[in-house]
Amino acid sequence: MSALLEATGLQKSFGENHVLRGVDVAVPTGGVSVLIGPSGSGKTTVLRCLNALERPEAGTVRIGGVAVDFGALPARRRAAQRAEAALRAQSGMVFQSHHLFPHRTVLENLLEGPVVVQGRPREEVRAEALALLERVGLAGREDSLPSQLSGGQQQRVGIARALAIRPQVVLFDEPTSSLDPELVGEVLAVMRDLADGGTTMVVVTHEIRFAQQVADEVLFLDGGVVVERGPAAQVIADPREERTRRFLRRLLEPL
Amino acid sequence: MVDWELVRSSAWPLLQGLVLGTVPLTAASFAFGLAIAVVVALMRLSPVRLVSGVARVYVSAIRGTPLLVQLFIVFYALPSLGVTIDPWPSAILALSLNVGGYASEVVRSAILSVPRGQWEAAATVGMGYGTTLRRVVLPQASRLAVPPLSNTLISLVKDTSLVSVVTVTELFRVAQQIAAPTYEFLALYSMAAVYYWVVCALLAAVQDRLEVRLNRYVTA
Ligand SMILES: Nc1ncnc2c1ncn2[C@@H]1O[C@H](COP(=O)(O)OP(=O)(O)OP(=O)(O)O)[C@@H](O)[C@H]1O
Ligand SMILES: [Mg+2]
Repeated sequence: MSALLEATGLQKSFGENHVLRGVDVAVPTGGVSVLIGPSGSGKTTVLRCLNALERPEAGTVRIGGVAVDFGALPARRRAAQRAEAALRAQSGMVFQSHHLFPHRTVLENLLEGPVVVQGRPREEVRAEALALLERVGLAGREDSLPSQLSGGQQQRVGIARALAIRPQVVLFDEPTSSLDPELVGEVLAVMRDLADGGTTMVVVTHEIRFAQQVADEVLFLDGGVVVERGPAAQVIADPREERTRRFLRRLLEPL
Repeated sequence: MVDWELVRSSAWPLLQGLVLGTVPLTAASFAFGLAIAVVVALMRLSPVRLVSGVARVYVSAIRGTPLLVQLFIVFYALPSLGVTIDPWPSAILALSLNVGGYASEVVRSAILSVPRGQWEAAATVGMGYGTTLRRVVLPQASRLAVPPLSNTLISLVKDTSLVSVVTVTELFRVAQQIAAPTYEFLALYSMAAVYYWVVCALLAAVQDRLEVRLNRYVTA
């Protein structure tokens, strides 16, 4: 069966800095891929290319039936942007620092995409949004402002907002990295629940236990290439590559 | 010394000058000026060099020349080019262009201080440039822009007195007209000053309340 999300040959440079040197990612429907790797290895950049927040110089990204070949974008700016927007609409993004809209309530944060952009009926979307909030454990908080929530709650709203646009894939960029340690668990629990429920996910994280328990595939990224990929049981428990082994050793035994 | 009878009888005409002249001049010029400011600020932020260049020159010209000169240019130069306009619209035009130049810098820096992540989050829920501005960026920028823009508004109230020189009837021109035949310059100009002061003090009070309201969502 072909993958739901498929990226091939992603190349991205920032000036002289060649950050991605041909990265491939493939996730089947309902699959969970976890991206690990040292700081600066390009994990965030991969995610941003997958939903066209960043424009790689080369490579293709396909989600479902929508594909963009970044090496052959239309010459006209508008046409290129339209193609990227169509791809972006296929995925939801959860940011490391949530980026909720601070001037809107929790519910309004969820409605912006489906109601304002997609033009779906407000009442229908509202019911769906309230169900999403319940799913992430925030029933009853719909009228709060983001600033009135804890970091873990804010991040769970971020997840609900990403889901509200009915994406085919949800991308997570270190969703627990800027949280106080005692709040990490509640966010990971929500992500685990989504994974169990069949949500297709690409997750950048340093939470190795989460990767072991939830990932169908783990990709170890270093220096802009995927050094090693495979089932969690293999890549994390028994890595083949020396670089992977060294990274995991440092992560698990920081002293 | 002071002709109290004249002061009493001038109170009402001056108030008329304020309410029928200064206030609508200020309101119209501020509204048009803000619209110009947003457009110019967005032009300055444009990646297209020509567009941002035009905006930069405009702002530089407005800030680099006296308002009085701008007023005379709009009032006298345009008719010489075959464009004839009444004192009122030309006064509003000149003031709006002036406010637009100054306020655009305020709007621009307010837009720039909205974090990049907000633009990106908006993009990920499907918003394009216009929707992002309207729903996400400008509402947040406006909170940052209120204090400096209220200062622009308060300056504008006072700057409207300049249009008396192009025969627009507003508070200061009424004061001049009453003072001229009676030679009670000090009394009339002092009265005008008090009127301006009261209006500006009221605006400053409104500004304080607005800031509290707009800060609502950032304080936990
Ligand atoms: N917008 C940008 N402009 C310039 N350089 C960038 C930009 N974004 C990322 N980079 C560079 O690209 C490289 C990869 O960055 P990226 O954020 O993808 O790494 P990462 O694996 O997510 O790291 P971390 O674990 O610290 O989040 C880094 O060297 C970074 O400095
Ligand atoms: Mg990162």
